Amino acid sequence: MGQQQGAYFVPTKSSWPIVAAVVMFVTVFGAAHWLNAPPGEASFGKTVLTVGFVGILLMFFGWFRSVIRESLAGSYNSQVDRSFRMGMMWFIFSEVMFFGAFFGALFYARMFAVPWLGGEGHGVLTHQFLWNDYAASWGASGGNGPARVGGDFQTVAPWGLPLLNTLILLSSSVTVTIAHHALKVGHRGKILLFLGLTVLLGATFLYFQAHEYMEAYKELNLTLQSGVYGSTFFMLTGFHGMHVTLGTIMLAIIWLRVAKGHFTKDHHFAFEAVAWYWHFVDVVWLGLFMFVYIL
Amino acid sequence: MAHDATHDHHDDHHGAPKNFFVRWCMSTNHKDIGTLYLVFSLLMFFIGGSFAMVIRAELFKPGLQLVQPYFFNEMTTMHALVMIFGAVMPAFVGLGNWMIPLMIGAPDMALPRMNNLSFWILPFAFALLLSTLFLPGGGPAGGWTMYPPLSLQGDSVAYLVFAVHLMGISSIMGAINIIATILNMRAPGMDLLKMPVFVWSWLITAFLLIAVMPVLAGAVTMLLTDKYFGTSFFNAAGGGDPVLFQHIFWFFGHPEVYIMILPAFGLVSEIIPTFARKPIFGYKAMVFAIASIAFLSFIVWAHHMFAVGLPLGGEIFFMYATMLIAVPTGVKVFNWVSTMWGGSMTFETPMLFAIAFVILFTIGGFSGLMLALAPADFQYHDTYFVVAHFHYVLVTGAIFAIIAATYYWLPKWTGHMYSETWGKIHFWNSVIWVNVLFFPQHFLGLAGMPRRIPDYNVAFANFNMISSIGGFLFGASQLIFVGVVLHCVFFSKKKAPDRVWEGAKGLEWTVPSPAPYHTFELPPVIHDDELAHGHIED
Repeated sequence: MGQQQGAYFVPTKSSWPIVAAVVMFVTVFGAAHWLNAPPGEASFGKTVLTVGFVGILLMFFGWFRSVIRESLAGSYNSQVDRSFRMGMMWFIFSEVMFFGAFFGALFYARMFAVPWLGGEGHGVLTHQFLWNDYAASWGASGGNGPARVGGDFQTVAPWGLPLLNTLILLSSSVTVTIAHHALKVGHRGKILLFLGLTVLLGATFLYFQAHEYMEAYKELNLTLQSGVYGSTFFMLTGFHGMHVTLGTIMLAIIWLRVAKGHFTKDHHFAFEAVAWYWHFVDVVWLGLFMFVYIL
Repeated sequence: MAHDATHDHHDDHHGAPKNFFVRWCMSTNHKDIGTLYLVFSLLMFFIGGSFAMVIRAELFKPGLQLVQPYFFNEMTTMHALVMIFGAVMPAFVGLGNWMIPLMIGAPDMALPRMNNLSFWILPFAFALLLSTLFLPGGGPAGGWTMYPPLSLQGDSVAYLVFAVHLMGISSIMGAINIIATILNMRAPGMDLLKMPVFVWSWLITAFLLIAVMPVLAGAVTMLLTDKYFGTSFFNAAGGGDPVLFQHIFWFFGHPEVYIMILPAFGLVSEIIPTFARKPIFGYKAMVFAIASIAFLSFIVWAHHMFAVGLPLGGEIFFMYATMLIAVPTGVKVFNWVSTMWGGSMTFETPMLFAIAFVILFTIGGFSGLMLALAPADFQYHDTYFVVAHFHYVLVTGAIFAIIAATYYWLPKWTGHMYSETWGKIHFWNSVIWVNVLFFPQHFLGLAGMPRRIPDYNVAFANFNMISSIGGFLFGASQLIFVGVVLHCVFFSKKKAPDRVWEGAKGLEWTVPSPAPYHTFELPPVIHDDELAHGHIED
């Protein structure tokens, strides 16, 4: 191990953190400028945003490269491994809370805001004075509010593509688990097969999701601007889709690392971290399928 | 690249890097990063404080005096954002960074590079936030609570939202690091129920941070999409509700209030036993009280919204849940007093600030109880009574605890004693002027003066003038603090012993003063009588 027994690995100086802080700043600074640019005018914000985003990708590449090298050099003992595991678990918990905010918005809009606008409850006067012809309901007839923001729309039928996507994601959780078991017994061919399948399933999910979005925009007139229904629908599924994208990329990188022989039976934190993350996006999807699509 | 950073136990020759940039920008050392946090916090304290001076100058006399109303609104908004996210929270993270590894016998934080990233995000986040003041349209002026639709006016929304995102990322990473450090890096024998109360308070605070900062991120993301992408989360015409924002915001905001006070509880629980020369009274009760307060913080958020027209059941639930918090808080105040009872007390500067904390925080707690009563709150809501309340808990609470902790550990950090005389001068000036500043605001609020308004009825003139005088002098008194700290760091000749205070217990006092660049590279052997809470009977 190159270290004394029981010693914790404390890395020496590293420039990655400050590089990360700089590129994050450049990214959001560019994004803020771009958002404030008058419509139709060229904005240097877009360029700055692109530079920042590329910087973030390079930063991740460089930072992870140095971490992987340390890992392969055996710097990480079991105590360090535990720190990484705790870090990942609490990070996923923070993600759960982030989605919680949007689920909370969905429940509030459905259970309170829309019915109140339709005149339910005591002392709710907006219905009486502003929109007295609004009959509150969720979904196609009323989910975009009393002013019909975004125009009439139709909702996505849950038992078509969304059901298929549910089955795809659930299968991908199974395949990643099979790969994990194969890793524990050191069966590399089997890991590569099932991890590869997981990546493909993730990519298929994303393809169908993109297809569904295009259909929603073109045929159903369901857009991000379709009142609070469209807002919650696209923000929830959109953030979930971003997480699936990230998860798929991470799985693909893990596939490459498995192929290069980076993991051993009892030293494969990165694999497990990504697997946890994948299960997390799976569980979020189940919540979405239930509360956004079916109910 | 596999650097072997852990050498021999007695190895002192690999100290701090000589190169300034390498040492401070590329650090993985919890002490240096802690110092960075503390220096940044002090800087933000003065920037936020200067905004407060503008507010008090404008309110010195009725009528518009110095600044335009929009600028006044920018000042109230920025004062809060800078003080909360720039001064108080980074100060606690800095103290945690410095002291948690020393208190639990760990060589460093669990994830040292992420630790550095957590810090370095902050200067950029505040550069982004403060830059809005110089934008053509001006900075955010809708209050730090960012209630839509008011907060969606102007061009600074995106800057504000992204700055909040960055601060949130920083806080979450810092909190993850603290949890991993406390749960994974304790020296053998440092059982959970032998940890210093400060460490416990940070463990629970870190959990709160990870639970609620993402919720704030979600809330401001919805603001961003409502403003720029046409969503209707907070737009009633589209089926949304501005009150929805308030619910999400305060689901973050109330635990956030405790994020800013629980570490202060921990600090005071370290300082009072030292100068009373008695172990803390009711150690376990103190720990469980912090945990109870943290739990309750999740089910009281709507007490910030009593006046928006909540259903009656909501008003009643949130009123009673809020009043429940007085129980564990009362336990803590009782235990601090009981720790002092019969102790051999001395009154060095840290102890003076800690005692002032107990008394003045309790006043803030009582005014909080008054505000918790829904029917009474209809009168107090959005008045200076609220301003007085939260400044008693945040200035004489959180800030006083941070100042007390700075005096308490400064000799450990620098190896030199600060000037006790000037420390006491700082204390007496602070404690007198802070009361002149905030106590009259109770009366103003009860008489109906609204907050966040640059002008007021002449009936409020006298108390406002008194309050402003207190404000200017309290602000000026903090320059004494900077003087004392700078003198201690750079000029003080008086060497500090390892155990700086006679009655101090805990692992941090077993290492030399100043604490060497690397400490506890191998886990220390812990003797229970070294610990402040070593003899816990189960």
